[in-house]
Amino acid sequence: MNLPKIPLAEWIEWIEDWLKLNFDPVFKFIKSTIEGMVNGLEFVLLGVPAVALIVIFAAIAWYLGKWRMGVFTLVGLFIIQNLGLWDKTMLTLALVLTATIISVVFGVPIGILSARSDRLQKVIQPILDFMQTMPAFVYLLPTVTFFSLGVVPGVISSIIFAIPPTIRLTNLGIRQVPSELIEAADAFGSTPGQKLIKLQLPLAVPTIMAGINQTIMLALSMVVISSMIGAQGVGADVYRAVTQNKTGVGFEAGLAIVILAIILDRLAQNIVKKSK
Amino acid sequence: MAILEAKRLTKIFGSDPKKVIPLLDKGLSKEKILAETNMTVGVNQADFAIEEGQIFVIMGLSGSGKSTLVRLLNRLIEPTLGEVLFRGKDILSMSAEELRQFRRKNVGMVFQKFALFPHRTVIQNIEFGLEVQGINKKERREMAMQALELVGLKGWENSYPEQLSGGMQQRVGLARGLANDPDVLLMDEAFSALDPLIRKDMQDELVELQAKMKKTIVFITHDLNEALRIGDKIALMRDGSIVQIGTPEEILMQPANKYVERFVEDVDLSKVLTASHVMIKPETITLERGPRVALQLMRSRGISNLYVVDKSMKLLGVITAEDAAEAIKTGQSLEEVMLKDVPTLSPDTVINEIFDTISNTKVPISIIDDNGRLKGIVVRGAVLAALSGNNDLEAGDSV
Repeated sequence: MNLPKIPLAEWIEWIEDWLKLNFDPVFKFIKSTIEGMVNGLEFVLLGVPAVALIVIFAAIAWYLGKWRMGVFTLVGLFIIQNLGLWDKTMLTLALVLTATIISVVFGVPIGILSARSDRLQKVIQPILDFMQTMPAFVYLLPTVTFFSLGVVPGVISSIIFAIPPTIRLTNLGIRQVPSELIEAADAFGSTPGQKLIKLQLPLAVPTIMAGINQTIMLALSMVVISSMIGAQGVGADVYRAVTQNKTGVGFEAGLAIVILAIILDRLAQNIVKKSK
Repeated sequence: MAILEAKRLTKIFGSDPKKVIPLLDKGLSKEKILAETNMTVGVNQADFAIEEGQIFVIMGLSGSGKSTLVRLLNRLIEPTLGEVLFRGKDILSMSAEELRQFRRKNVGMVFQKFALFPHRTVIQNIEFGLEVQGINKKERREMAMQALELVGLKGWENSYPEQLSGGMQQRVGLARGLANDPDVLLMDEAFSALDPLIRKDMQDELVELQAKMKKTIVFITHDLNEALRIGDKIALMRDGSIVQIGTPEEILMQPANKYVERFVEDVDLSKVLTASHVMIKPETITLERGPRVALQLMRSRGISNLYVVDKSMKLLGVITAEDAAEAIKTGQSLEEVMLKDVPTLSPDTVINEIFDTISNTKVPISIIDDNGRLKGIVVRGAVLAALSGNNDLEAGDSV
């Protein structure tokens, strides 16, 4: 038996064209919002002298964690500065922070909603699986179609790839609140909103923060991939080094990403510990 | 009028609860219904009325439906059938908002595993019910502090629940339940998770608290001794149905059926029965009658001593036949010859504690109330008879 092939690729492309044609204003709005955020963050991060910013970061790390974390932050950021990668690293940081902020703004409410409705959770679960397992390169293409080359499609791809842990762990954190506590809150006449604000969210904070931490790491892991569609930053340096077979340059840029990752990860973890 | 009333209150767990109702009407058992419909009868047509200021104990073994029943009373679990009337108003017809107000103002709850909020301090836990009502911070803090003092935890307000022992945690739970001054307090196995000694303290304190605040309390327990200790009325549950409702004495002395009988069989009567259960009516005489009348009375009744009281039945002493005869000879008054050092106990003394006193004395123990009035006497034989389950004593048998 020889069934004709399902024209899935054609369908997807048809949908892409249709969206492009009919929702262009929406995409324009998203594009300008994200551009604004990235530029704003970049402006702030580069507006402060590098040395001052390094000291500020180190002080925050020391305050949230142990003195060793402060020292690591200080030394690590100085290495980045010394390698001449400071501006690019700050652009990457702006990109990652933008993707993270948008992920949290949408991810936490979606997580809360899906914790309240089993049906919604059943719908969302496979979508999240799809977003995380579909190779990231595949949705680089449509984002370029909608948002053209540059930093915006990179941020969008990062969000798609990085938002699932925030949604999942918000959902989990709220569902994990012991049922007897929910019962107690009900017995004293709480409204659903009071239950959420006074009981569920405070108890879910550590779990939600763990999700946000993962989101930051996943967003950071996308910076090299995003550079293929024109996002600048240290990721672009890695990509260029790979294409030009320059091991040393690639290693320098890679090291900057690793340092940034460790600092962001430890900061996020220590915020969780402080909030407990 | 009863403050809280349940009529045919029923809860069926399963896919189509309404289908089970005709089977209940036919009087089918819980097992039969489970086998036929695969649905569980949680509570089966419970009827009871709780009077204001009562401690109403719902008692049964695990799985008897008692925890479900108490949750039907504030609709934490939605009943399948029946009515719950609070001061005559059916709470099952309340809207979501009315129900919230009912829970906020009229009914408090204390839970078996305390269910304290771990992220809130002791005082914030106690405040919770007031906070959701929207009472301002200053006022609710004051009310919460009062509740905290009531349970004897002053000074712990800024601790977190995990820093407290189990007994203290449940005091916080109790304070939280009392903070909004509810009309009815529901207590679901509130003391079951505590050590026996602490549990006994808490029971005593609850009874004391109740005497002071006159709260209506619905108390769930699986421990018959606890039920008998604190209950004004006890409802015994089995397989979702209420088997018997009565005072502790009625449950003990007139078990409604074999199940209740077997239940109460194991009760350590010496810890449950009090002096008022075993005391008998004493023969008395007032002081101004004199020794001659006393002796005459004893002769005609065939007894060897009399209790001397004043006109308001206040106990003054005991006069024996020999002393009376002696007084007649020497011309002394009753007051001069009577025995004034008489052992006395209050009517609430449990038999266990009577033993100590009774073994150290020859005369029967006088039972007097708080005002010193003679209510009865306890003789050794009656105590032993009561413990052996034979309660048909006759006065004077073993004097």
